[in-house]
Amino acid sequence: MGVDGGTGAWATAPARPGGRSMDMLRFATAGSVDDGKSTLIGRLLFDSKAIFSDQLEAVEKASAAKGDDYVNLALLTDGLRAEREQGITIDVAYRYFATPRRKFVIADTPGHIQYTRNMVTGASTADLAIVLVDARKGLVEQSRRHAFIATLLRVPHLVLAINKMDLVDYSQTVYESIADEFTRFAIKLDIADLTVVPISALHGDNIVSRSPNTPWYEGPSLLHHLEHVHVSSDRNLIDVRFPVQYVIRPQSVEHPDYRGYAGTVASGVLKPGDEVMVLPSGFTSRIASIETIDGPVSEAFPPMSVTVRLDDDLDISRGDMICRPNNAPAPAQDIDAMVCWMTDKPLQRGRKLAIKHTTRSARALVKDLFYRLDVNTLHRELNVDALGLNDVGRVLLRTTHPLFADPYRRNRATGGFILIDEATNVTVGAGMILDPSHKGQPPFAEYAI
Amino acid sequence: MSVSTHAGGAYRLSQLDTLESESIHVFREVAAELERPVLLFSGGKDSIVMLRLAQKAFWPARIPFPVLHVDTGHNFSEVIAFRDKRVAELGVQLSVASVPEAIESGLVTEPPDGTRNRIQTPVLLDALERGRFTAAFGGARRDEDKARAKERVFSFRDDFGQWDPKNQRPELWSLYNGRIHPGESIRVLPLSNWTELDVWQYIRREDVELPSLYFAHEREIFERDGMLYGANEFCRPRAGETVRTARVRYRTVGDASLTAAVLSEADTIDKVIEEVALTRITERGATRGDDKFSEAAMEDRKREGYF
Repeated sequence: MGVDGGTGAWATAPARPGGRSMDMLRFATAGSVDDGKSTLIGRLLFDSKAIFSDQLEAVEKASAAKGDDYVNLALLTDGLRAEREQGITIDVAYRYFATPRRKFVIADTPGHIQYTRNMVTGASTADLAIVLVDARKGLVEQSRRHAFIATLLRVPHLVLAINKMDLVDYSQTVYESIADEFTRFAIKLDIADLTVVPISALHGDNIVSRSPNTPWYEGPSLLHHLEHVHVSSDRNLIDVRFPVQYVIRPQSVEHPDYRGYAGTVASGVLKPGDEVMVLPSGFTSRIASIETIDGPVSEAFPPMSVTVRLDDDLDISRGDMICRPNNAPAPAQDIDAMVCWMTDKPLQRGRKLAIKHTTRSARALVKDLFYRLDVNTLHRELNVDALGLNDVGRVLLRTTHPLFADPYRRNRATGGFILIDEATNVTVGAGMILDPSHKGQPPFAEYAI
Repeated sequence: MSVSTHAGGAYRLSQLDTLESESIHVFREVAAELERPVLLFSGGKDSIVMLRLAQKAFWPARIPFPVLHVDTGHNFSEVIAFRDKRVAELGVQLSVASVPEAIESGLVTEPPDGTRNRIQTPVLLDALERGRFTAAFGGARRDEDKARAKERVFSFRDDFGQWDPKNQRPELWSLYNGRIHPGESIRVLPLSNWTELDVWQYIRREDVELPSLYFAHEREIFERDGMLYGANEFCRPRAGETVRTARVRYRTVGDASLTAAVLSEADTIDKVIEEVALTRITERGATRGDDKFSEAAMEDRKREGYF
């Protein structure tokens, strides 16, 4: 029994010990049943030596026990007993591997059950999404759905991986026809960056290095793309948004009067001396210093966790937002948003929920449900009464306190929120705030049917 | 934080700075939203890093919660000495939940084989309940085990401290849901996205002090089930097992009766990092007798309330 392929050029160089210039890329993988997603992940982990020999041994044993005549790399990613027994994936799993250039975090989302909920979760933090299709089948309903969800969550980079190229004789025609069809569809979705790669996860073609089997393909190997895709410009460095998370007041002998506002920079770049405005009070002050235990910093940008001190003693608490006087989010209590519903008990007009947005919590009333979006056809179904599990729809919420929000398409950190059932405390929905200028307009007019 | 601003014209953070920043965010979120957190501190490297991150999150204020050690009574003496020293330096309050005391009081029964991993769980749950702790920070990482790969950063536990893998709360963006009913709790895992190598690189960068047994040293050892155990008062060789002296180090530090050493010449942090980067066996697979019993050993223990 052996693992075939595995031609990694860098496979001899596991995560570099020094790693000083290494950064991090998060990506989500989505695919339908049997399109080889688990094999692809197993392949990436295996070729990057993130698989250890005892893990491989366990998989070899399991493969043999199941009667497979090859090492089933897909088994590497089955986590729970029920999953191994049923051969399915229940939930989002997180995997890690590194190359000398980057550390990678994979959000591995299952393709079948609860697909929307899980993919929305995995995509919420992803810099890049890989949508897998089977070269023999071409685009299917689920491929479009996965691409749509990645777009809905504003994942900045999308990769269409056309898998199982070995089963279509590495045909350029097959590749091009799928790529063309997808590109036409992608125009409607407003995808910022699309890369199409022909691969065979099973044999390792175009995974680590360009494959001799596809001489007509001139793009990067999948891993080369993952290592080099430029992500730092995806962050919003323009709109200063610093949600106050925690107020640090030691009240100690050494620091009797220290008062610092701790939090994670959501967007923009903060510098000492900058004039800032604090919401909801609207008071202005200047940044006196930006501090960490390791000393003051001259700039803070996302996703740094820092402590900001101001020139003036203002009454600021958790949930307040530090921004710039000439660039502040408009406080809003009427929230127009796309919501993905994640639980069995449906979302209906009149329902009251808890909402968490940045570091601010409030209660929200579902005032209106405009439509449900069919995530397969992108068709808007008007006059619906409820959103069920895994439905996506457009709702209007009225909150008890104003939220300091931006449109999600401009700012993922200040445009996203979660909804919580007040009775069970379970997270039941994820929301993405729409641009207020779209009021009354369908947000996806481009492809509304 | 060593910030490389304008590196190539971009504002970007290294992987260690990103991980550090996310962990600090988690600590602050818990301190802000949950009433009585506690940090599980064993004196092992992951909990030492966790404590370092907690210190960073609240500086210059003290860490605003106590630490708890579940003491199996089977300790490496270096680790206990280290634990007490670190706690004193940080000025945090330490409570110890003692497994030997729990055996004495009848809360748990010593298993016939003398291993105490499984009976730690009721002791932990009892300590959390008596302390009325609503959140407990643990140093578990998702790269450690298949079951852990599926666990949330905020891992919800019911009245019995149990984890239900099929009924976890979706976790989106960095919006954590810490809402609970009385009796329920959240296990918080700030190192979820760290790998073993990340932890070591961070220890080097931050110059974090560790107990000496993480570095290569001479020790009397014997072999059992393919693993190397240090011969000590809790773990004695059986008939046919011969004791020899070897240069070893520990990759993890747990119950001294169950935690195995690995042959190693890595006596400095740089050498350890090189070794970790090249090793082909997982941390728990190499050193933990307790995870060897079944494919789902960790999953089963987590369901019972283990970390």
